[in-house]
Amino acid sequence: MSDILLSLRGVSKNFGEGDVLRGIDLDVRRGEFLTLLGPSGCGKTTTLRIIAGLTGPDTGNVILEERDVTALPPEKRNVNTVFQNYALFPHMNVANNIAYGLRVRRAPKQTIRTKIEEMLALVQLEGFAKRMPAQLSGGQRQRVAIARALVCNPALLLLDEPLGALDLQLRRQMQLELKRLQEKLGITFVYITHDQEEALNMSDRIAVMNDGGFEQIGAPDVIYEQPATRFVAQFIGQANLMEARVTQIHENSLTLLHGDQTVLASAPSDGALKAGDSCLLCVRTERLHYAEMPHAPFTLTGMVMENRYTGGALITRIRLPSGEEWTAGGHGRADEAPAVGSTVHLWWDPAQAAVVGGGRGGA
Amino acid sequence: MRAFWLLLPMGVIALLFVAVPLIYVIALSFLHRGEMMGVTGPATIENYLRMFDARYARVMLDSISMAAYTTVLSLLIGYPFAYYMARATPRWRNLLMLLVIVPFWTNALVRVYGWRILLLANGPINTFLLRIGLIDRPLKLLFTYGAMLLGMVYSLLPFMILPVYSSVEKMDWQCEAAARDLGAGPWRAFWTVTLPLTLPGVLAGCLLVFVPSIGLFFIADLLGGSQVIVIGNLIRDQLLKARDWPFGAALSVALLVVTCLVLVGYRRAGGKDLEVF
Ligand SMILES: Nc1ncnc2c1ncn2[C@@H]1O[C@H](COP(=O)(O)OP(=O)(O)OP(=O)(O)O)[C@@H](O)[C@H]1O
Ligand SMILES: [Mg+2]
Repeated sequence: MSDILLSLRGVSKNFGEGDVLRGIDLDVRRGEFLTLLGPSGCGKTTTLRIIAGLTGPDTGNVILEERDVTALPPEKRNVNTVFQNYALFPHMNVANNIAYGLRVRRAPKQTIRTKIEEMLALVQLEGFAKRMPAQLSGGQRQRVAIARALVCNPALLLLDEPLGALDLQLRRQMQLELKRLQEKLGITFVYITHDQEEALNMSDRIAVMNDGGFEQIGAPDVIYEQPATRFVAQFIGQANLMEARVTQIHENSLTLLHGDQTVLASAPSDGALKAGDSCLLCVRTERLHYAEMPHAPFTLTGMVMENRYTGGALITRIRLPSGEEWTAGGHGRADEAPAVGSTVHLWWDPAQAAVVGGGRGGA
Repeated sequence: MRAFWLLLPMGVIALLFVAVPLIYVIALSFLHRGEMMGVTGPATIENYLRMFDARYARVMLDSISMAAYTTVLSLLIGYPFAYYMARATPRWRNLLMLLVIVPFWTNALVRVYGWRILLLANGPINTFLLRIGLIDRPLKLLFTYGAMLLGMVYSLLPFMILPVYSSVEKMDWQCEAAARDLGAGPWRAFWTVTLPLTLPGVLAGCLLVFVPSIGLFFIADLLGGSQVIVIGNLIRDQLLKARDWPFGAALSVALLVVTCLVLVGYRRAGGKDLEVF
């Protein structure tokens, strides 16, 4: 049995007004929680519908469990979906919604009854069997949608922004529940969100999408620490980006010039950069430090423009002599804020500053 | 108080055009036929008893079965039409919508006369069939039950298509996609999800076709000949030919009662207030 459950090979789609998907490739491993993360309209739902068989790709193949299913209709695929707005059947009660997939498969009555109970318990909706979808809260509907999709034991569950309509608190709670459910059942999840925090919290791997293609596919920490493109650096977390030129290469760090200021960064592992190359550096807001004293060999300075205290984190906006504005902070207290207008020296741990795209362009 | 003055004009109109004629007809239905013309007292329920005479009961049943056939045929033709119209590209949708609406621009009577010409023994349809050699004697098309049904369905089809269209158009296709995703084939998804979700349109369409088709008399006259007498013909004949106004009025009241029963049935079946367009 192969480790790969699902593959997309060169899948493209065009609805008539430009390419919505531009020949994407993707491998999803068995038991994995993979998240498609990207801005609105980048093609996430379209990708999911192609996997489910609800939309046909213009070119490319969908391979599920080592079988090419590109031409198979949705009902013949061992995949189920939790839709963006749940798409519960409004004319059926909760029990009938959940039973739908089993009835279609002509499961025996007794099996259906026990399965409904089992599913209701799994999503903690015991006692809701007779309710109509219109009589449920958003969170409850979402649970019904999950139960309905899981009841047929799919090899792969597709979830299209299942928490999108919920308030923040419920969302956090459901994130944990979903993750626990996925681990307990061992079912492979392909999960859509445009909330980066959600993606970072839940995923084994994240596929960052933009404009119909993947920018980067990798584990959350890799996506966060070593963004492959400017888009990824900007879309995930708060990043300070800077153009820089390599002056010296050390064993595992680089010395660079940003304008005429010296800075350090970690050296990309592939060793693709040479002295004299230009590149794009990414320093996360919470990893940009400032001090009254210079921190050799950094020579970068900036002027404090503004302090913002946002629930536990002090964020300071700093303007560089070049006119660029960066943000720093993420921990301090409000009474530790530097005086607005004062000049500070900037530095960071070279290991925490990455060259975007690992040196192979991307800038 | 303000509401009262605002509603007053509506009230007056309703009184003048609905309540007064209705009361007049109901009152008439309880009187005797006059010697020469007109009506005389005293009050009687004889007009209603007369309806149970086998001849008249037959007309009532014929009318209802006619209306039922018309409704079923309109549904069988109208649903697929409305379905594809709602799912077509905007260009096609507009074109099809035009096809549904255009007949309203000419008088219904004129259009039925058109059919009459088409169906004549030496009309275009027979001529064509003779020419291509499919038949060697003209078919009797006009003045048949079929011709009458054709005319009914033709005239009332838009009243089926429009409400069904509006309901299919409002359909949440994610639900159909969900059914497919859960393992239902296209037909099963249609029967278990799409049809139930578009049922309000189907019910409204059936109501809008059934009710007028009980009363439509000119189609039965023009296309059906004397094959079938529907209640509409009967009422007209009583009022205009036999000059038996009280009996005509009683028949009208009976028709009204049937219509009301249909409406009650519609409500019972979960029908909503009609919103056709
Ligand atoms: N059936 C369709 N016909 C025409 N265009 C479509 C269709 N479905 C999607 N599109 C277009 O394809 C693009 C991608 O849509 P998609 O629904 O995949 O985005 P998404 O990433 O899921 O966005 P969101 O986060 O807002 O749900 C959009 O520009 C959309 O307008
Ligand atoms: Mg979407």
